[in-house]
Amino acid sequence: MLDIATAYNKYIFLGNEFLTWIWFLIEKEKDIASIIESKEPVSLEIGNSLVLENNLGDKSKEKITIKGDKAGLEEGTTALKKGAFVTELNLLCKMGEEEEYKFTIKGESFNITGLKTPSTQTTKSEDELEGIILEKAYLLLKVTGVIDTLFLKYIENRISDNWKSKGLQEINNWIHGS
Amino acid sequence: MGLISSTHSMSRYHIEGRFEATVMDEVRRGLTENAIPKQENEYEELSAGWTPYESPYNPDFEKFSFIFGTYFLFSLRIDKKSIPAKLVQKEMALAIEKKKEESGRDFLSKNEKSELKETILDVLIHRIPSIPTIYDILWSYEDKNLFLFTTQKAANELFETLFLNSFNLKPIRLFPYTIVETKSKFSASERDRVLSLSPLKYVKG
Repeated sequence: MLDIATAYNKYIFLGNEFLTWIWFLIEKEKDIASIIESKEPVSLEIGNSLVLENNLGDKSKEKITIKGDKAGLEEGTTALKKGAFVTELNLLCKMGEEEEYKFTIKGESFNITGLKTPSTQTTKSEDELEGIILEKAYLLLKVTGVIDTLFLKYIENRISDNWKSKGLQEINNWIHGS
Repeated sequence: MGLISSTHSMSRYHIEGRFEATVMDEVRRGLTENAIPKQENEYEELSAGWTPYESPYNPDFEKFSFIFGTYFLFSLRIDKKSIPAKLVQKEMALAIEKKKEESGRDFLSKNEKSELKETILDVLIHRIPSIPTIYDILWSYEDKNLFLFTTQKAANELFETLFLNSFNLKPIRLFPYTIVETKSKFSASERDRVLSLSPLKYVKG
C-alpha cells in the first residue's frame, strides 16, 4: 500500500470523478439497484447542495456552489462543460419501501456530514438503548455499504477496456449535450 | 453529533489486523489502560483518552459496558485548555507595568518580555479548566469497519494515535484510494490499473 498521505492527495480526483458520475447516473435515470446488484430498490436524488471545482492551471481554483431545495443546476452543467468536477454533493438515498437517508459527501475524503438516517426509536431507557444502537449501526453500515459498492463499480468501469468508448463517451455526451 | 442524534458527521476507518488473544479481553484492556484519567491533570494543556459511551465523565469500563450486540461502542474524550488571547494580552500589560515600576526602567528587553509571557502562560494554564469534547466511536470488529463521529482533523489524528497505542491495530482512514485497497476484490493487475489512472477531462467528442 502506498503512503497514506501521498495516496490521499494523488487520488483525490477519483472521488470527485465519482461524485460527477453519480450526478450523471441520476440525470440519466440509471438503475442504481442494478448497478450495485442490490436485491431491494435503491434510488438516488440530488439533495439541496452541490459544489463543483475547476482547476484553472495556475494553482487557482474556481468554485461553484449551488444551494437550496429545488435549486436549478444549470450553472453546474455550465461548469462541467468548462472542465469542473463535483467535489461535494448532498444526496437523498431511498432504499426498500420507505428508508430514506440524506447526507453530504465530500469527494476527496469521503467524509459524510449531516447524515439523517430513517428514524429510529427515541426512548433512551437502559433496556432499549441496545436496540437503538444496533438499529443505528445497521442503518449506518447499510448506507455506507451502498456508497462503497457504487464507488467500486465506478472504479471497475473506469479501468475496464471499454471505458473510453462507452462509459466516458456517455458522460461526455451528457455534459456536452449531444 | 454522536451515534444517537438526528444527524451524524463521521469519518470512516478500516481496522487492519486481528487480535491474537480473546477479542473482548483485548478491547477491555486497551480501553481501560488508555481511559482518560478521572482526575484532571492541571499541568496538561491537552489530554485524550477513552470513556464509556454511557458515562463520558466517569471513565469506568468495569461499571459501564462497551459491548452492544456484535459492536463495540465507546467514546474518545479530548480535554483541552485554551487560553484566550485577550486574557494573555491583559496579563502581559499588567505584568510589564509592574516590572517597569519595580525596576525603575521605562522599557523591558525582548528577553524579559518572553520570560514574562512564559510565566503568565504557566500560571494561566493551571488556573483554566479543561473543556471536554466527546466523540463517539462505533467499531464493528468482525467486518473491520469503524465510524468516528467527527470529521475534525485534530480529533482524527488523536484518535488514530490513541487507537494504535491502545489496541496495536492500525486504523486506516477510508477515502477513495484506501477503499480500493481495503474493500475491493480487485486482482493485482486491476489494482495496478487503478494506480496508473490519471484525472479525466470531459471533452466534446
